[in-house]
Amino acid sequence: MSTSTAHSVVEPSRLTRTVAGTLVIVYALVTMVPLAWIFLTGFKTPPDSISYPPKVVFEPSLEGYVNLFTTRTRQTPEYMESLPPPQTWYEELVRSRQMVIAGPSKFGERFLNSVIIGFGSTFLSVFLGTLAAYAFSRFRVPLADDLLFFILSTRMMPPIAVAIPIFLMYRTLGLSDTHLGMIILYTAVNVSLSVWLLKGFVDEIPREYEEAALIDGYTRLQAFVKVVLPQMSTGIAATAIFCLIFAWNEYAFALLLTSGTAQTAPPFIPTIIGEGGLDWPAIGAGVTLFLLPVLVFTILLRKHLLRGITFGAVRK
Amino acid sequence: MSQTQISQRAADRLARSTPPGIARKVRGLSDKAIAWLFIAPTIVLLLAINVFPLIWTVYLSFTDYRANRLNRAVEWVGLRNYERVLTDADIWHNMLVTAHFLFWTMFFQVLIGFALAWLINKNFRGHGVWTTIILLPMMLSPAVVGNFWTFLYQPQIGLFNYVISFFTGADPSSFQMIGSVNLAPWAIVIVDTWMWTPYTMLICLAGLRSIPDYIYEAAEVDRAGPFRTFWSITLPMVMPFLMLAVLFRSIENFKMFDLVVELTSGGPGSVTELASINLKREAFEKWRTGLSSAFAIILFVTVFGAANIYVKALNTVKSR
Repeated sequence: MSTSTAHSVVEPSRLTRTVAGTLVIVYALVTMVPLAWIFLTGFKTPPDSISYPPKVVFEPSLEGYVNLFTTRTRQTPEYMESLPPPQTWYEELVRSRQMVIAGPSKFGERFLNSVIIGFGSTFLSVFLGTLAAYAFSRFRVPLADDLLFFILSTRMMPPIAVAIPIFLMYRTLGLSDTHLGMIILYTAVNVSLSVWLLKGFVDEIPREYEEAALIDGYTRLQAFVKVVLPQMSTGIAATAIFCLIFAWNEYAFALLLTSGTAQTAPPFIPTIIGEGGLDWPAIGAGVTLFLLPVLVFTILLRKHLLRGITFGAVRK
Repeated sequence: MSQTQISQRAADRLARSTPPGIARKVRGLSDKAIAWLFIAPTIVLLLAINVFPLIWTVYLSFTDYRANRLNRAVEWVGLRNYERVLTDADIWHNMLVTAHFLFWTMFFQVLIGFALAWLINKNFRGHGVWTTIILLPMMLSPAVVGNFWTFLYQPQIGLFNYVISFFTGADPSSFQMIGSVNLAPWAIVIVDTWMWTPYTMLICLAGLRSIPDYIYEAAEVDRAGPFRTFWSITLPMVMPFLMLAVLFRSIENFKMFDLVVELTSGGPGSVTELASINLKREAFEKWRTGLSSAFAIILFVTVFGAANIYVKALNTVKSR
């Protein structure tokens, strides 16, 4: 392919590239504004966050983050006078608002629940998915296409429709509002993605590797563990991140099936309220902390995104 | 004794002459056993968490069961729940709201997504980085996105209203994106488009990149103009990809719950009450478990049926 011919249809001209680049960059910047705004709001004081016109330049404050992690009570000036001087910077910050820290908020717990349920279900769904994907890829399984389609079709149910019988089932089994219950549920939802994605990755590993190993005297299982698994590692990592992001982001099941002990962050964040309405800086702080891991993972995953979002149907 | 020795020797000879393909089945577990051992856990899990509940839902849909009244006798009501769902004006209203949401989100996402992909495919310098940035919104939690967009949509202090008033001169407190009956259906379309346009973009980009250069070169040799090339080569070749993107997004948006519930919770009134939102109300607020099971089955059959018809159409386009 020649790059010097300026009029070639295949190679866009420099002007075309500049115009295309400018338009895409403008779109990218505009699309980032909402995210940047919520990030900035996390560092505002409550009055700054609801000022008009919206403040772009402001004095940064950690009040949102302090409010996110604490519960506070308003006190009389006399009571504030009687207190010993504040020990820490965050106590000082809270007292400047005529309040004292009453204790930690539930955000830490909810965040931890998201981590436990996310990693637990990811581990299980990738484990099950790896085994099933290998079997579907390498062996002649009767009705393989039907089974694969069945696995995929479990994703077509609206979550609320699934939640009705699961709610009743979990109530009977005592799994409502437990980490185990949520891990099992998210595993069941994610395993379809996991099987489909991993099957695509296994399909790409040449069979000759295993066959050579089998001739060398390995058993099927040994060949799978020692030859195929290492080759699958990239695929497994990418699939794991997809499963983790799904479990991390999930809302409907968490809303309907958890209320306290096992509640994850997504249904909790919108309920953060301050005095006289929603505490936007605290919500901004919570949203920032919650979205940050996903942003990092997305950047790590960028080469495999296409596969992941199409269940492996489209590959580069 | 001697006979067994002979037969052993025979077995040895047989084993030596057996091709490795068959011999490996003798060592360790057979392939068939491994296949089932590997697939069974997944199938069992799905049977327990998806199929069994689905069958239970079907059963419940024929009863008047209410999940909040445990001691009440459950009565078999036949098809009455289905009849009630299908003749319920509110549910038909939900379906209209869902159709509006589905149509316009797909319309904008296909249009903008394709345009972006087309521009990115011009391979300007740094396109990789900008593509990754554009992709970020779709990986976020829809509920959390819905939640923080309510902040951007605040009547006076919200950034969205401020930006609109900055460019149009309208008073930022004169319109409410979420509070107004006319604007709320568009408010949810805007957020969904913001979040999911990258999805169509990414799949279209894969489609554009799958077109081999020689086809364009041949078109140039044949003196096809840029419009002709676009209509006769680019568009038809990207079409299967575009249709796949629309399929996946339509299924997701038909089920849409989290984003819209956090953004408008179906309001004002019920102008943004999508089918899933009403389903949640029927099932978990009014506790009409039987009726909502029938509703759920109808929704599932609709998605499943529509998806199957669509996949047939997709295959026709692909095979052309």
